[in-house]
Amino acid sequence: MKNEINEAHEAEEEHNSNYNSESKSRKVVVPGEIIVQGEDYLPGEGARREGDNVVASRFGLAEEQGRVIKVISIFGAFVPRRNNVVIGRVTDITFHGWLIDIDSAASGFLPIEESPRFINKNEMDQYLAIGDTIAAKIWSVKPKGIDLAMKGKGLGKLEDGFIFRIIPSRVPRVIGREGSMITLIKEKTNCQITVGQNGWIWIKGESTDSEIQARKAIEFVAEQVFVSGLTEKMEEWFDNFK
Amino acid sequence: MSSMEISNISKEKLRKLFSEKKRFDGRDLLEFRDIKLSYEVSNKAEGSARVTIGKTDVVVGVKLAPGEPYPDSLDKGNLMVSGDLLPLASPRFESGPPDFQGIELPRLVDRAIRESGMINLEDLVITKGEKVWTIFIDVYPINDDGNLIDAATIAAIAALKKTKLPVLDKNGNIDFEKPAKESLSISKETFPLSFSFYKLGDSIILDPTREEEEACDARITFGISLWSKQHVLNSCQKAGFETFTQEEIDKIMSVIAEKYDELNQKIKNYL
Amino acid sequence: MTKRSDGRKNNELRPMTAKVGVIPNADGSAMFSFGKTIAIAAVYGPRLLHPQHMQNPSKGILRCNYDLLSFSVSDRKRPGPSRRSQEISKVTEWALSPVIDLNQFPNTVIDVQIYILQADAGTRTAGINAASLALAHAGIPMRDLVCSLAAGKLDKELIIDLTKEEEDFKEGEGATDFALAKVANSDEFTLLQMDGKIQPALVSELTVLAAEVCKQIYEVQKKALKEAVTSHSTKEDKKKK
Repeated sequence: MKNEINEAHEAEEEHNSNYNSESKSRKVVVPGEIIVQGEDYLPGEGARREGDNVVASRFGLAEEQGRVIKVISIFGAFVPRRNNVVIGRVTDITFHGWLIDIDSAASGFLPIEESPRFINKNEMDQYLAIGDTIAAKIWSVKPKGIDLAMKGKGLGKLEDGFIFRIIPSRVPRVIGREGSMITLIKEKTNCQITVGQNGWIWIKGESTDSEIQARKAIEFVAEQVFVSGLTEKMEEWFDNFK
Repeated sequence: MSSMEISNISKEKLRKLFSEKKRFDGRDLLEFRDIKLSYEVSNKAEGSARVTIGKTDVVVGVKLAPGEPYPDSLDKGNLMVSGDLLPLASPRFESGPPDFQGIELPRLVDRAIRESGMINLEDLVITKGEKVWTIFIDVYPINDDGNLIDAATIAAIAALKKTKLPVLDKNGNIDFEKPAKESLSISKETFPLSFSFYKLGDSIILDPTREEEEACDARITFGISLWSKQHVLNSCQKAGFETFTQEEIDKIMSVIAEKYDELNQKIKNYL
Repeated sequence: MTKRSDGRKNNELRPMTAKVGVIPNADGSAMFSFGKTIAIAAVYGPRLLHPQHMQNPSKGILRCNYDLLSFSVSDRKRPGPSRRSQEISKVTEWALSPVIDLNQFPNTVIDVQIYILQADAGTRTAGINAASLALAHAGIPMRDLVCSLAAGKLDKELIIDLTKEEEDFKEGEGATDFALAKVANSDEFTLLQMDGKIQPALVSELTVLAAEVCKQIYEVQKKALKEAVTSHSTKEDKKKK
């Protein structure tokens, strides 16, 4: 089965592998809490230095990477970044392209040039109408909005299947180290699946039963927070499901 | 939770699922999710209850106040059902004056209860022509995962069953220091419930999740209760732009009594 | 020391409960109670602010909405915002904003919804504590939590966390009600609201006392947030399918 997901998520590898590696010191911290003391440590994302201490600047998992202390959000909203693959819904058609709801604080925009073939300005809704869904890549993030690109493997208008949402911060866990988890789910259910970094996921399978099973599997994985050995657990889950 | 509107493909997929008698959570089309009931939401209410159906969560409080009867019903107390779609409960609910859904919800709960005769308004008279009780039932969704109407009705009935009359002092005002002891006089047999049947394509379902509800094209809500051991329908409202056929109405009528008994039994375990 | 009717010491808080994640739809949510006062809060955002002309291109907006549920009080409150709830909404916004770096969220709004299920004094303070938890739960970048309590004075004695009964105290100098909120780990007060009669020197004493007691609130909030994570994974460990 083609691993188009991995290609689309190349830029995310670093980001994902952080989440999945068994970090030795991971503890839950709340805003204002002292994580570590000492000049040796550097505050990374979600942390700050206050005198001798590295202090949490949000609620999440404090993780040590070398000397850098980061706090990874457990429940937080999707923070759009360049190269993120996202799934969105068309909300409006303008002169130059389509407005896309990507379920984030800023709205997305898909320029007409991103369509795979030439689209006449009068026929834009024949390619993408309001309510249609796309898998796209974030091209740029600006205060006024997010520009999307749709040229690339695994991207484009989503035909058939359905989309649903999980909490965005669970996405790395659903993808797995080097895509291992999502590959397992795809193989077991024989479904096409595209995972958006914004928490939206597209599934298309041969039968509704396999589609239902794939969704259940993903939702189950998404609900896990700490559990190690998740891949083995999912193997067992699939065996029991039948 | 997302405020993204339902996509065309998801709506189509749900239509297909329902036509195959399937749902994402494995339920039958007319099956309810797990229901839980608890009381004492507020010790300041004369009666209160909280109902969860799946992840849908609704609280209802009952308050009583003495006042003058309406001029055209001097021998009756009053019943007023209000509520608010708290912005707390959904990314779709906004602060400010209620939209239609916010107006409709308490009205549907009101009619299901009022028309069942569960509360005899004549029993609420304190001094005929001068002083009567007004029952205020306030409905507040806390989390909207679909089917607020049916959940709200259950919570309202449960709250009423636990409602006690406040004690009046010499001047006819409520003495909040004295604990209310006397239960509100309501019919024990009559147990109004509401059933909202939702339609997508040719399929009819009960108790939709929010995702399912957003995909559906029409809804018909019935208030149903027991009266002299018979099932009677007390209220009805169709909503949505799509239609219901004769066959669909017949089908609903053929299952609603059985559904009532099932749900009634489930809730009785909590009372 | 005055014997308080519930037997508490002057500097003692009512028993607190706190729980996070009570509203699945919300990006963050929590409930918090002081004795019989129960508040529930939900956070939605950051999300796009409509209408567009209200957007601030340099920073995000924190929008707080506080209200009592109609049956939370003895005398039923008519649904709809009152002047009182509008004022509390605003001071709550001022109480929470200092810990959030809104510059990170231009053009957006973070909506905080606070409702009181049961009112027995200290509702705005319970609301702020719940909202602070809900904001953290939502993953909003916050340099610290905000802790809030109602301090005060009964006649001449300084007390912490007044009940409704104590608010109505009439003897001697009567009751003074001083609602406070502070940044949990910093000497910064974000809410200061007072009604009554209190001498300037006592104000300083009271704020110092309140700051000390706030540490207990921070511990309760911390525990609630951490439990949201651990109880989650324990629950999933037990599930078979």
